[in-house]
Amino acid sequence: MITRLNHVSIFVLDQESAYDFYVNKLGFKVHTDAPMGPGMRWLTICPPEQPELEIALMAISEGMMFTKESAEAMRKLVADGTFGFGVFECNDLLATYEELKAKGVEFKKAPTQEFYGFEALFKDDSGNWFSLGQKG
Amino acid sequence: MELYPKVYLYRRIVKAKLFIDDNHSNPIDLDHIADEAFFSKFHFIRIFKKTYGKTPHQYLTYVRIERSKILLKDDMPISEVCYEVGFDSISSFTGLFKRIVGQTPSAYQLQCLNKKQEIKSIPLKYIPNCFAEMNGWTKKSNFEEA
Repeated sequence: MITRLNHVSIFVLDQESAYDFYVNKLGFKVHTDAPMGPGMRWLTICPPEQPELEIALMAISEGMMFTKESAEAMRKLVADGTFGFGVFECNDLLATYEELKAKGVEFKKAPTQEFYGFEALFKDDSGNWFSLGQKG
Repeated sequence: MELYPKVYLYRRIVKAKLFIDDNHSNPIDLDHIADEAFFSKFHFIRIFKKTYGKTPHQYLTYVRIERSKILLKDDMPISEVCYEVGFDSISSFTGLFKRIVGQTPSAYQLQCLNKKQEIKSIPLKYIPNCFAEMNGWTKKSNFEEA
């Protein structure tokens, strides 16, 4: 019986830039950072209060997973903001919004009261977007 | 244009929090932080706690301990870490670290360095097999040769 989720992937255009975004701007913690050969890196981060959930910041490059053409197509899709990879949560949306803005995070939507909750939308450095909601 | 009521209040509290983040290694005090945010000390503590769930002093301690964990992982000597993050006594740093983290700084550092060494020598232990296979990492037996 499936009991929990422990890994999830986010495709990024540049792992080093993504590291700076998720760790230094969003405040996530590094779980595993393992060099895997020239130009390859296994990098997982986790939200501060979920140390067991590993978010893998996956590079998009020609290799086993992508052909040259599919890698180019995927990079364009990511850069175009096609993918919304999830919903994050915070204790105070207005404070978090102001802080992330001060750190240079780009928001697609400012904090707005929707019928389902209080929500903002932001983008990572690659173009992926996320919903950010207030807990409770 | 104001996006929401009290936007200036939030910006001042966030400014104070970021001030703590950027200056945690210095001997800052609460009055200094409150001044930066243009609040009275009492008002500042109340709003900060409501927003972040911690008083400014508790948050400063939290930031110092979190920063010390990063430096310990980088194998910095414990005495250096203590002063680098803004503590002025090794014994108070050690005691506080143990109370908050649940381990002494030396035990934490040893655990982190052991993990770091293991990641270097057996990285596949930390990577789900599906991801390793998708990336072609399971075909190589020694990553130093890759």
